[in-house]
Amino acid sequence: MMRRVRAWMLRVRDLFGGRPAEADFNAELESHLQLHIDDNLRAGMSPAEARRHASITLGGIEGVREAHRDRRRLPLIDVLRRDVRFASRQLRRSPGFAAAAILVLALGMASTVTILAFVDAALLRPLPYQQPTRLVDVTESVKQIPRDNLSYQDYLDWKRMNTVFAAFDAYTGSGFMMNTPSGARPVTAVRVTAGFFRTLGITPAIGRDFRDEEGQPGAAETVVLSHVAWQKYFGGQASILGQTITLDSAPHQVIGILPPQFEFAPAGTAEMWTPITTPRGCEQRRSCHNLYGVARLKDGVSIEAARAELVGIAARLEQQYPDSNRGQGAVVAPLSEVAAGNVRPALLLLLGGVVLLQVIACLNVSSLLLVRTDSRQRELAVRRAIGASRSRLAAQFTVEALVLVISGTALGLVAAWFVVPALVHLIPADLINRMPYLQSMDVSGRLIAGVAGIVTLSTLVLAVTPLVRLSRSDAIFSLAEGSRGSSGRTWRRLGARLVVVELIIAVVLLVGAGLLGRSAYRLMHAELGFEPTGLASIRLAAFGPRFEGHAAAVGLSRTIAEQVGRIPGVTAVGHTSVRPVSFNGNTTWIRIVGQPFNGEHNEVNYRQVSASYFETLKVQQIRGRRFADADDAAHPRVVMINQALQRRYFPNEDPIGQRIGNTGLTPDSIVEVVGVVADLREGGLDDEIWPAVYYPFNQDSDTSMALIVRTAVPPASILPALDSIIRGIDPNIGTMSPTTIEDYIDASPSAYMHRSTAWLVAAFAGAAWALGVIGLYGVLAYLVSQRTREIGVRLALGAERHTVAGMVVREAGKLAVAGVGVGMLLAVGIATLMRALLFSTAPWDAPTLAVVAVVLVCSALAASYVPARRAAAVNPIDALRAE
Amino acid sequence: MSKTDIWQGTLALMILKTLESLGPLHGYGIARRIEQTSGGLLSLNYGTLYPALLRLEQEGYIRSEWGSSENNRKAKFYELTRAGRKQVSRETSEWVTTTEILARFLSPKGEA
Repeated sequence: MMRRVRAWMLRVRDLFGGRPAEADFNAELESHLQLHIDDNLRAGMSPAEARRHASITLGGIEGVREAHRDRRRLPLIDVLRRDVRFASRQLRRSPGFAAAAILVLALGMASTVTILAFVDAALLRPLPYQQPTRLVDVTESVKQIPRDNLSYQDYLDWKRMNTVFAAFDAYTGSGFMMNTPSGARPVTAVRVTAGFFRTLGITPAIGRDFRDEEGQPGAAETVVLSHVAWQKYFGGQASILGQTITLDSAPHQVIGILPPQFEFAPAGTAEMWTPITTPRGCEQRRSCHNLYGVARLKDGVSIEAARAELVGIAARLEQQYPDSNRGQGAVVAPLSEVAAGNVRPALLLLLGGVVLLQVIACLNVSSLLLVRTDSRQRELAVRRAIGASRSRLAAQFTVEALVLVISGTALGLVAAWFVVPALVHLIPADLINRMPYLQSMDVSGRLIAGVAGIVTLSTLVLAVTPLVRLSRSDAIFSLAEGSRGSSGRTWRRLGARLVVVELIIAVVLLVGAGLLGRSAYRLMHAELGFEPTGLASIRLAAFGPRFEGHAAAVGLSRTIAEQVGRIPGVTAVGHTSVRPVSFNGNTTWIRIVGQPFNGEHNEVNYRQVSASYFETLKVQQIRGRRFADADDAAHPRVVMINQALQRRYFPNEDPIGQRIGNTGLTPDSIVEVVGVVADLREGGLDDEIWPAVYYPFNQDSDTSMALIVRTAVPPASILPALDSIIRGIDPNIGTMSPTTIEDYIDASPSAYMHRSTAWLVAAFAGAAWALGVIGLYGVLAYLVSQRTREIGVRLALGAERHTVAGMVVREAGKLAVAGVGVGMLLAVGIATLMRALLFSTAPWDAPTLAVVAVVLVCSALAASYVPARRAAAVNPIDALRAE
Repeated sequence: MSKTDIWQGTLALMILKTLESLGPLHGYGIARRIEQTSGGLLSLNYGTLYPALLRLEQEGYIRSEWGSSENNRKAKFYELTRAGRKQVSRETSEWVTTTEILARFLSPKGEA
């Protein structure tokens, strides 16, 4: 066996060795003959006879050479090599065809590989943890929010009661102000339960992770740094280990540094990781939902089994704590699904798009190949006649297809190599933070397998096309003069069908792009409930003993309003707890005094706003009054509500003067509604408007806020001043994300998703449309060239030239109508399936469909213009003489 | 096994055996020797020898080198490698066994 392998490898090596071995053997044969001739002469033969006898005994020299060559190399590959050389020569002879085919294939390949790379990184690559398929995302679930936050108290019970998890931990996004010599700096953080890293199977690169006792109430605070934070804030010095840093004015000991490649997409890219020690803020309450769970399944436990048990536990807790746990279910899902996040549908859509594009590219090239096959009829017939077997011709076609596909692929891969990083670069920082897997994209085995698959399929398609053509006509007859009419018809039918398929695909993509484009446009013009132009914004947070207590926070609010108001160009200053167009969330449960209540959770958006907030945003006042600066601790507690809340809870009564409180209606929670504002969009552009309740900051304060100012000058120009003035007030105030509100909305996830998918699908649609029209043109041009004689006869018999041109245009129209008709039906069907990606646009949106139909029919007519003119210009004498 | 396979196998063994008994030899010499040894029963096209030689060389049983013949002609000489020597003895014993078995089958019944 080993000997065989060795022999085979030598033979492969010789394939590339080329000449020397051949020359060597010639010399050996020469010497053989010489030796034999010498012997023969010695035996008394004449020189001529000696030579003749020697070569007869050797056998035919050419035969020996060939047998030797076959043994020396691999004959099959030798033939293949000859085919490749022949194919390349063929392609060089028709550079126009070769360039078109390779470019089309490269286009298809580049886009397919690009999207495949994203799909691979986001959906296919296993998560970088130990046994990632055993990790699950564990959360609560309510009707409105399928993946709702887990409450800390519920988490503790779930952890205690379950029998399905080998480990179960929780985490929540957070942030700190870190004291540095140059003032307070905001850092992103995640608070985790102590076993978090062990559950994932991650060990810090330096130091250690949290011990169980470090997650107990009252434990000394510790922190693990991300690799990036370590480099950024501490210069990558190992000496930081064991030292104490100040986060939110509390000392934290640095105990570990995470490995550079660590990522945890569900929590974004956090700089610091701290254990949940003493429950913070509302975490002592069971109704406070702020965590997500991650667990490792015990060996042999399926996700379904885990889900079933958790749902049971949630139901028991619901009975035990009817107040807080009403309607709180449980969900267990693979962690990989959660990590991919909401890019999944968009990516799958894009994948569908590129697959279609690749199909069109192949169809187009194969239709070009068909035209060539037709013009090569005679060559093929000759080769058949002198004995080339069908399989031999098939092999040659396959090689030609392979040469095309591989050249196209090479070009496409080079293009993708540049396009992929460029695309990643285009994704806004906010979004890419939630998709860390895109920052470490690389060439994986799966990607290579994918490319190999596409290459194989494309080659097959391209190789089979000419063969089908070949088997349909008996090649021998093609040697006879003037017999191309009948064979032309078969191909015309096939080519026409291919073009219709291409047009259908183009229609589907164009309709998709149109619908997505309209969605994006509608989205960007969604009713905001406020005037977004001329607004600048910055987030800030204050820490330390100076800012403790309600009075200090109100004082800070007043100081900021006064100082910022003095910046030239600023006309109004307001602040809120969460900027508009961010998210529905930060909610509270309300209960209306005097209305029947059965313990249901009336979840509404909860915002703390300054008295001047609605004025600054120019939100329309519907009823009652706005907040006044005097709505403070010394005055009765008041709130404002939005119209959605009025519609839901006061459908038939005047909300002004109504009183609302928490679910228990505890006396200190009761507030009076004094005003109704228009529906200010708190959630994303494609989210529905939730009921919202606004509390006056002077009665319900916080030390972190989002400042929003209206300016008479371009708002971006005052951002630096805004930042420095706020930081100048006190070194313990940190600022974050200065931006204009218009930019903020533009970069918001919903706007970005809709805009980018619309653009990408539009790009595909454009490519598909161009390819379809080129294909149509090819078919028509071929039709005219094949029917030149017929046209000549018609003209000679007195047909009008415009009738002849009309014949071509009619043919184009027929194909276009067929493509558009079927395409429309298909497009509406597909659009219905992807309705989740549309925003207030129906899948059968009439204007979109109409525009696509008109565009396609017009371009079909345009594609027929040149062939039609050529048909009309046929000179009957020449056409008839040519035969 | 087809007829040519058997022929290939026997030819290879003949080549190896020739090289074993005569030492380094060129292709022509090997062909002459095989013809002589067979006592003229075997008339072979000398050319068929070369693919067989090449194969043996590829499999590492023999190696070749250019040298001078006895009457000072340039010629390519083949010689056994160590693997080749082992192969000769192995193949020889296999052939002996095979031919013995065959002989028993082919000889008249009474004598067995």
